[in-house]
Amino acid sequence: MNFSKVLNEATMLLLEGLKMTVGISVLSILIGVVVGLLTCFMGRSKNPVLRFIAASYVWLIRGTPMIVQAFLFFFAFPQVIGIFISGFKISAFIAGVITLSLNAGAYMSEIFRGGIAAVDKGQMEAARSLGMSKTRAMFKVILPQAFRICIPSLVNQFIITVKDTSILSAIGLSEIVNKAKIYVGKTYQFFATYILVAIFYLVIISILMVISKFVEKKFSYDKKSSSKKSS
Amino acid sequence: MTKKVVVKNLHKSFGDLDVLNGIDLEIDEGEVVCLIGPSGSGKSTFLRCLNRLEDSTDGTIEVDGFEISDKKLNINKVRENIGMVFQQFNLFSHLTVKKNIMLAPTDLKKMTKAEAEEKAMELLRRVGLEDKANVYPRQLSGGQQQRVAIARALAMNPDIMLFDEPTSALDPEMVGEVLAVMRELAEQGMTMVVVTHEMGFARDVADRVIFMADGVIVEQGTPDEIFTNPKNQRTREFLNCVL
Repeated sequence: MNFSKVLNEATMLLLEGLKMTVGISVLSILIGVVVGLLTCFMGRSKNPVLRFIAASYVWLIRGTPMIVQAFLFFFAFPQVIGIFISGFKISAFIAGVITLSLNAGAYMSEIFRGGIAAVDKGQMEAARSLGMSKTRAMFKVILPQAFRICIPSLVNQFIITVKDTSILSAIGLSEIVNKAKIYVGKTYQFFATYILVAIFYLVIISILMVISKFVEKKFSYDKKSSSKKSS
Repeated sequence: MTKKVVVKNLHKSFGDLDVLNGIDLEIDEGEVVCLIGPSGSGKSTFLRCLNRLEDSTDGTIEVDGFEISDKKLNINKVRENIGMVFQQFNLFSHLTVKKNIMLAPTDLKKMTKAEAEEKAMELLRRVGLEDKANVYPRQLSGGQQQRVAIARALAMNPDIMLFDEPTSALDPEMVGEVLAVMRELAEQGMTMVVVTHEMGFARDVADRVIFMADGVIVEQGTPDEIFTNPKNQRTREFLNCVL
C-alpha cells in the first residue's frame, strides 16, 4: 500500500474522529466549569451536608481511574437500572460526557478553591467595610481576582480533559483514537496512523495554548509597568 | 453635641485570649480621636468592632444610633456610613484607581455611573491623584495607594472614618502625604477614630488621645494632657519608649 494513500485514508477517518474529540471536550469543559464552581461554593458553605457532598464527590472522582468511571457509567450503572427499566441503555457519548465533565469538575473545584483562597483576605474586608454584602463582594471583588490566579491551572485542566477523551475509546466513543484503532485493524499501518494521531493532538493543544497565552496577557493588565513599587 | 459612637463595657475574646476587657467610650460628632498604645493592646480590634469586622463578645456598641452587635441589624446599610482605611490599603487590585472608588457607590445603587465618576474625580483631585485615575493600584507607591484608599472610603459619603494604622506599612518618606490628607479631613469636621503610631499626628490633630494597654483604656485626655503630663505609670513608660 503506498504511503500517500494511507495518509489520505487515515486523515479522512481521523478528521471525523476529531469532530467528536473537540465536540465532547468543549461540552465537558463547559459543564465541568459549572460543576466545579458549584462544588467549590458547596465546599465553602456553612451547611455541613453541602460540604460533605462536595468533599465526597471530589474524593470519589480523584480516588478512581477515569477508565473505571467510564465503564461504570457505560456498562455497570445501566445494567443495574436495566433491572428496573428493561432495555435501559446509555450511549457512549452521554456516558462520555458524564465521565469527562464530572472529572473536569472535580479537579476544577479544587483549582477554584485554591484561587479564592489565594486572594488576600483584606480584599473581602475592604469590600465589606464599604457596605457590600458577602455575595456582592464575592462576585465583584474576589472572583475576578481568583479567576486570574486560576487561569494557568485551568488551561492545564482543559488540556488534560482534551487528552482524556482518548480514554473514552474504551467504551466505543468514535473519537480520534477509536477511529485510528479501526483503521489500523484493517490495514496494520501502525506507524503512519499513530504518528498522525499524535500530530492531531499536538495541533489541538497548541491552539489551546495560544488562546490561553492571549487570555493570560489580557488579564495581566497591571503588570505593564515594573512591579518594583508593590508595597 | 450628638454622640457619634457610644461604647459600653465592650469585651472581645478570641478563644481563650481576652483582647478587650471592658471598654467604655463616647465620641462626639466631629471629634478626632487617636488611639495609641503598645502592639497587642487591642487598639485595632477595638476599631474593627466599631463596624463589626470583628464580632464583640459582650457589651454594646452604638454607632450613628445603631446597635452594632444587634444580629437583626442590616450591618451593610450601617457600614455605608462608616468609612474604613486599612494598614495594607486593600485596594481592589483588578480595578483601576477610578473604578476602585466607583465600585461601592454604583454597586450599592447610591449613585449612577456618571455621578460616581464625577465623585471619584473630585475625590482624586482632593487627594492630589487625578492624573492616576486610570492606572492600577500596583502601579502606585504605597503612599499613593493609601490616598486612593481614603478617597474610596469617602466616596460613600460616610460620616465617620476609621483608620487602622494607615501609615504603618509606608516608607518613611510617604507618611507625610497620607497624614496631610487626614489632617485636611479632620479640619473639615469629619468624625475620625485613628489607630496610630504617629505621635506627632496625634499631638497636632487629635481632639482626644486615648492610651490603651491590655485591652483597657488606661488613660485619656487632650494631646497636651497625655503627651506632656501623663498621669499613669504605663502611659509614661510607653511614651518614653516611642517619643
